[in-house]
Amino acid sequence: MTTAANLDHKAGSPPGRSSGKHGSAPKTATKNAGRTPGEGRMAALLLSPTLLVLALVIAYPLISAIHQSLYRAQSGLDADGFVTEGEAFVGLANYSDLFVGESGQRFLNAFGNTTFFTVTTVLLETILGLALALAMNRAFKGRSFLRASILVPWAVPTAVSGLLWRWIFQSDGIANSLLGSEILWTAEGTASKVAVIVAEVWKTAPFIGLLVLAGMQIIPEEVYEAAKIDGAGWWRQLGSITLPLVKPTLLVAVLFRMLDALRMFDLPFVLIGPGKESVETLSMLAWDESNQLRYGSASAFAVVLFLYVAAVAIVFVKVLGADVTGARQLGAKRRERKANRTQKAEATR
Amino acid sequence: MRQRRHTWQTLITTTALVTAAAVGLTACGGSSAEPKAAQSAPAFEGKGPINYVSSRDASGAANKSIEEWNAAHPEEKVTFIELPDSADQQRQQLIQNAQIKSDTFSVLNLDVVWNSEFAANKWVLPLPEDAISTDKMIPATVDAAKYRDTLYGAPYYTDGALFYFRQDLLTAAGIAAPPKTWDEMKAACEKVLALPDAAGMSCYAGQFDKNEALTVNFSEAVASAGGTVVDAEGKPTVDTPEAKEGLNLLVDGFKEGLFPSDAITYLEEQGRRAFQDGKVVFLRNWPFLYSSLSATDGSSKVAGKFGITSIPGTDSTGVSTLGGRNLAVSPFTPNKATALEFIKFFTSEEQARKRLELSSRAPAYAALYEDPAVVAKRPFFPTLLESLENAQPRPKVVQYGATTKAIQEEAYAALTGEKDTDSALKDMQAKLEELSAK
Amino acid sequence: MTITDLRGLAASDPSKRGSGSGDSDALLHTKQKRTWRSYSVYAGLALIFVYCLAPFYWMIVSSLRRTADIFDNTLLPAPFSLENYAKVFDGSTMFGQALLNSLIVAGVTTVAALVLGIFAAYAISRLNFRFKSVILGVIIATSMFPGISVVVPLLRFFTDLGWINTYQAMIIPNLSFAIPLAVWNLTTFMKQLPFDLEEAAMIDGCTKWQAFRKVLLPLAAPGVFTTAILTFIHSWNEFIIALSMINDPAVQTATVAISKFTGATEFQAPFGEQMAAGVIVTVPLVIMVLVFQRRIVEGLTAGAGK
Repeated sequence: MTTAANLDHKAGSPPGRSSGKHGSAPKTATKNAGRTPGEGRMAALLLSPTLLVLALVIAYPLISAIHQSLYRAQSGLDADGFVTEGEAFVGLANYSDLFVGESGQRFLNAFGNTTFFTVTTVLLETILGLALALAMNRAFKGRSFLRASILVPWAVPTAVSGLLWRWIFQSDGIANSLLGSEILWTAEGTASKVAVIVAEVWKTAPFIGLLVLAGMQIIPEEVYEAAKIDGAGWWRQLGSITLPLVKPTLLVAVLFRMLDALRMFDLPFVLIGPGKESVETLSMLAWDESNQLRYGSASAFAVVLFLYVAAVAIVFVKVLGADVTGARQLGAKRRERKANRTQKAEATR
Repeated sequence: MRQRRHTWQTLITTTALVTAAAVGLTACGGSSAEPKAAQSAPAFEGKGPINYVSSRDASGAANKSIEEWNAAHPEEKVTFIELPDSADQQRQQLIQNAQIKSDTFSVLNLDVVWNSEFAANKWVLPLPEDAISTDKMIPATVDAAKYRDTLYGAPYYTDGALFYFRQDLLTAAGIAAPPKTWDEMKAACEKVLALPDAAGMSCYAGQFDKNEALTVNFSEAVASAGGTVVDAEGKPTVDTPEAKEGLNLLVDGFKEGLFPSDAITYLEEQGRRAFQDGKVVFLRNWPFLYSSLSATDGSSKVAGKFGITSIPGTDSTGVSTLGGRNLAVSPFTPNKATALEFIKFFTSEEQARKRLELSSRAPAYAALYEDPAVVAKRPFFPTLLESLENAQPRPKVVQYGATTKAIQEEAYAALTGEKDTDSALKDMQAKLEELSAK
Repeated sequence: MTITDLRGLAASDPSKRGSGSGDSDALLHTKQKRTWRSYSVYAGLALIFVYCLAPFYWMIVSSLRRTADIFDNTLLPAPFSLENYAKVFDGSTMFGQALLNSLIVAGVTTVAALVLGIFAAYAISRLNFRFKSVILGVIIATSMFPGISVVVPLLRFFTDLGWINTYQAMIIPNLSFAIPLAVWNLTTFMKQLPFDLEEAAMIDGCTKWQAFRKVLLPLAAPGVFTTAILTFIHSWNEFIIALSMINDPAVQTATVAISKFTGATEFQAPFGEQMAAGVIVTVPLVIMVLVFQRRIVEGLTAGAGK
């Protein structure tokens, strides 16, 4: 595979540049030798407002959900027909109950749906989003108009777009009338899954498209010019410059889309309706449980979903992009970059 | 490698922190079962401004009643807090506010099917027996506002099923009277659908999407066949020959092509459109579509061509399911006396009559259905009264949400042919028994 | 690999430049290929354009129908009617106020998320400190909890604080989505930008802050702008938190106002009105982006070359 780094070599880095690069090395080394306390303090200062806000919004609900999931409301009526108040500590029973019997089946079904929707929609969105970004990144007349129009689906409020698609997919709606079909999109079955995927991809592909476009915009034009001079065709430029360079941005966009898709709720709820097995997601299940006042198991669902999302995110980050977390220390990165270069230089020799 | 360790570290640290915090909360939670002292009859005390919580009344009739109250009670003003149009979202907001014991919501507009749940959870107060003059109201509406023989809400408006039919086509086919039973309806359809005018039409439509409306249509089918969903004690009774006959009416309707095949996606509106566009001969629906069907601006193809009667049963006319709304008082409002007075005022016959001028919502007072001035404007009211007087409430159970969901799931499975009628009803019975045992 | 490497590439040996384009035959060939390709590219663009806009077109058409024929499938509204738009702005709904509230909530959320996000991203991409990955993990973890499960605890919490019917009761929860996106996205951007430029600026006598403001920030402008659009729209469209925290129509946002539209009766969805409102909340947003995108990007980029 040709990477931009290889291109770099073909173009032939002038020795002066690379030595200039190395010129900064000593300074870096001193910086990395020990973390200066000033930097740590500065970082704490810069990060604390963010962490404070997030703690305020998420920590309390998360903790209370975990707490709640260990309890179960005493679902009895007293002699006068009133719901007996209070709840009993049941340990992990709410969790173990998720996996057995009928609720186990529902859980597995919802788990499957959630995963299926996430994989299909994010995959399609990524392809479409990339296409959108490539289109928008070309210089042509009306580019900004195209760009604004691509924004439209993302700008339509989710609840309204759910309704819009619901009417489009009515049995006598425009979808059937254009296709000349009589598909029952909103009834149980495969068609309802297709309807959800079409509407979801429409709504969220612009998210990926816009983020990737931003990633493309910071690629300097000279890079492409140089590649063209080297005779690299469009596909080659895409494969060896554009894609590798937007990869970090693309990965972040995909990651956030995945987190959102895994928690999908409004769209299947409004478009197809609650309680339809074909499109029931984990979020809908959690909603349904709390709607029936079973807060213990609703919270258990929420926590399980949280763990699932976290696991997916970790696997994604681990498998696909070391760069996404930014976990690597700056020094390590520089060292690595330097090592890479030496290695490659040796390999070419 | 470094990367991996960091990510896992993140997860483990986060989990550990959160778990520790949760356990801490548990230790000082102290929310173990402590049954509260039985509530004695609450005193309705406290006067002052209150909030009335409801979805918007598009006709403006409710707002007029409130304005009238506010003009007379400047010290006890009522503010209209609007809730979303969706019933699910309304219920969610009401429950959320009850759970945090918020004093914002004073007078609640409750769907009749929420009554038991709100009463049993003490989210609404029992009303003093003599406070609301229920003797002039249609008995079924009063019954629907009771939980265990105590009145918890004042009936605001009600709703019952009507059977819409194409008078023009029946006449053309030489049928004198609209059908009273399913068999008569099928016979009538055979004749009507043979007419050239009726080419491509289907016989009947109800509401069959997996939704509250399916519970209604299923309950009506069962009741019309002489069965019940739950008995007087609240025990489920759907695994019976009557219930089977009822459900089979609907299942066969799809199998035999009596219903349009897309009726499985129908709610009230789709049914209206199907009838209004001349796609079905007969339709079960609520009274609301009368005005759209009669519209003479060209939007309705059936204006002046349809009639209204009671829904069909197996042996004689069928049994409608009751809809509608009650007003109830939140126990968390400080101004309970005002709230009660406002409910009395709002649900009085005088106000109900005034609202009829703007709103088409069916009042709870029987006398209004026979008032000549009202009937002149709404000729279907006598038929509706008949339907309401013999209407059945939906199951009055505390866990209504789970109950209606179980009914919908099994009935839908039977309608789509995923299960046969016997096993669907057997499973429904089992689910409902499990719920009522709790 | 970073942009730095590529800048190097661009500055590559000029003698090579000449050698590539010598052959005129090849040039002609490329030209033909290019026309063929540009047709297919334009066809692709058109397809994308249609997919994005056709459903929206349907929304506009539906919003211009009368309630009575709202379910027609004709491609143009006939008869044409502005009835739905009039209803949206009908006095009782206070929709104009709701739009203003949405603007306030989304605007403050966006600005706050960007400021906090830029700080945090700078710290993560440019400073050395411990627990960096833990912090990034915690930040994104807040985007992993199902939104509907956050509502009741937050409602309890904000009620205790007396925050019901306040803007911050909507803004702060919105930040929990906006900040993770801002931090992660901006970190990615800043990490891709070369250190050398800042270092050079600092050697030239700029302070760290000046180097950040005059060098790093302009380079990250596309990322900042995109993050701003995405978070603005996300908070503009937020519904369930706003619904639960607000019951005063003077403070409610547009999405909440839309949910309160009612049809003629409780069984009739106010579809036309909802579509009209959808158009009303979408179009100004898109126009705003259209007008400002160049200006904002230019504004941020100004000074980059210096």
